[in-house]
Amino acid sequence: MQNLKDLKEQIRKALPELDVVIGWTGGYDPLHATPHFIRRDEDIDKLQVNALCVHNLATYLPALRGKKVGIVVKGCDSRSVVELLQENLIDRAGVTIFGFGCNGVVDQTKIRRIVGDVGNIDSCEISGSDVTVSASGAEHKLPLGDVLADKCATCRYPNAVLSDHFAGEEVTTTATFEDGYKDVVEFEEKPVEEKFGFWLKEMDRCIRCYACRNACPLCVCRDHCVAQSRDPHWLSQEAHVRDKWMFQVIHAYHLAGRCTECGECQRACPVDIPILLFKKKMNKEIKEVFDYEAGIDPEATPPLMTFKTEEDKIRERKW
Amino acid sequence: MAQTKFIKKESLSAWLEELGQDHEVLAPRFEGDSIIFRPYDSEKGFFIDREATAPPKKAIFPQSETLLEYSQIKDMENLSKIAMDVKETIPTTSYVVFGNRPCDARGFTMFDRVYLNGEKVDVYYKARRENTYFITLSCEKGEATCFCNAVGSGPSDPSGSDLLMTPVKDGYYIESVSKRGEELLKSSLLTDGSKMKAEADKYKKAANASMNKAPDFTGSPEKLLAVFDNGAFWEEMSDKCISCGACTYLCPTCYCFNITDEANGLKGTRIRSWDNCMSAQFTSEASGHNPRPAKANRLKNRVGHKFSYYPDLHGGVISCCGCGRCIKSCPVGVDIRQIVLSAIAYKPATKKEA
Repeated sequence: MQNLKDLKEQIRKALPELDVVIGWTGGYDPLHATPHFIRRDEDIDKLQVNALCVHNLATYLPALRGKKVGIVVKGCDSRSVVELLQENLIDRAGVTIFGFGCNGVVDQTKIRRIVGDVGNIDSCEISGSDVTVSASGAEHKLPLGDVLADKCATCRYPNAVLSDHFAGEEVTTTATFEDGYKDVVEFEEKPVEEKFGFWLKEMDRCIRCYACRNACPLCVCRDHCVAQSRDPHWLSQEAHVRDKWMFQVIHAYHLAGRCTECGECQRACPVDIPILLFKKKMNKEIKEVFDYEAGIDPEATPPLMTFKTEEDKIRERKW
Repeated sequence: MAQTKFIKKESLSAWLEELGQDHEVLAPRFEGDSIIFRPYDSEKGFFIDREATAPPKKAIFPQSETLLEYSQIKDMENLSKIAMDVKETIPTTSYVVFGNRPCDARGFTMFDRVYLNGEKVDVYYKARRENTYFITLSCEKGEATCFCNAVGSGPSDPSGSDLLMTPVKDGYYIESVSKRGEELLKSSLLTDGSKMKAEADKYKKAANASMNKAPDFTGSPEKLLAVFDNGAFWEEMSDKCISCGACTYLCPTCYCFNITDEANGLKGTRIRSWDNCMSAQFTSEASGHNPRPAKANRLKNRVGHKFSYYPDLHGGVISCCGCGRCIKSCPVGVDIRQIVLSAIAYKPATKKEA
């Protein structure tokens, strides 16, 4: 793979000046990758870049502020880096961005739906438009399109939007903004009771682990989160669906105009709750009202972080 | 002498219906893309072909449980005087957990040493424990994340269970493990199973053989203590951890909790809810000081507790049932086996001679 070879070369050159470079490597079985912290030359050889590299590594950056950090990014991940820069949560000089053009990553849940038992994976080969998974001795040939994350099917930013080093060829795309929000539009059209019923049912199995929050690169309150604050007491410690749902609503509002839709919240959820839909709904509104998309321009200010006495599209008088 | 029975595969639902007359039955089923333990519903059925996504921890240790209900009663003659009316809420529901795996049932034996056999008995835990029966299903084979064989267990380990079911032709061979488990064997749907013993034993043997080679955790208590003060080691081990609580909440052996009062005007409830050592608030002190300020300190505690401090207190028993959920469901693939093995293999760098 050309971009992996290029990446390794670029990282090898830059590593002496950096404390750590964050990339991916093989996980506990051939179907999973895992974040990889490169500190020594020999760590570079273990670097992996393919459709299994789902994690958005930008989530580690704010805590590493003050260090010289290199980070490997897909297009969507690079938007999170840009957003962190915009919000002054990381320093441009402290981050070396290794970007590449991404052809999409897999959704492990979709693979599980097709393969069923993924407890014993013998091998996983990704070539062109196919993923071939051998599990418990049986081979499954899956068209990549069937198991790509939804975000990848409508991705408009497959190439890193900001990088110091770019590996391999750029990837072209014809997707439009609207393509990415068909699911939101479809959901909006349902009756209110149905929508609420959907969320009560889905949120009911939430275990309140907050993996959604901690995997999110823009969820930066972390240790001071409203979910656990006793004063003010926004949420109780009960395992009630009301509190679980309330947290997701707060999460979505905090991310409005900041969320780059990397989908890490949903991917991290151990019980597969489709929470990205909350964030996408907010982003669709932000686009409509402010004509703004998060994490594209390092110089821009997110709309909810600025103030205009008269917003162009918000009628505050003469209703 | 243990009782042995047989039940036809197609009779399982009817048996659960029968058990449901005296107990609340919890069985795993698909909800969305996850397999979760829920009150058994004949229309929704059950799914026991794989390990459930989340363990049946809530039967004995609910995510949130009311310890007491209180109300404040103001004395209208003297408003500075307030009487408290407090009601203890000891749980009385009797549960049957069906279709859990051996690791799920064994997990509670870790709780027992702490909540039942220590200096103090936890009355809430005791009530639930005594009222919960486990009908465990032997595993056919291990998964890549399974390591029960490394923590003194195995795919048909009966510890903590009341009944153990093992698949045989057309149905299941059922053995009573505990005396009280026999109470659940009175149904006419169950027939004598003694003839199936050989077949069940063969199944168990094959399952044992299917397990991956067990990582060797020998010496983990002292080896983990040896790296206790090694900040660099723990920083590297926790590099990719995002300090969420998924591993602890999905763990059948994690038993930490928090107690809070949830007030609503003059009334309220005191609840106990799951807490986890990955959270910054877990050790946050009233002074503002936090002895475990970073994720490295927190992950060290999680691994240390299971593989060092608990075994030191409880006769060498590792407080981990090897179910592998912490690995399988970790958003970033932290592998507790690797951390323990790294601690065991750790050798301090020898100083270069000047």
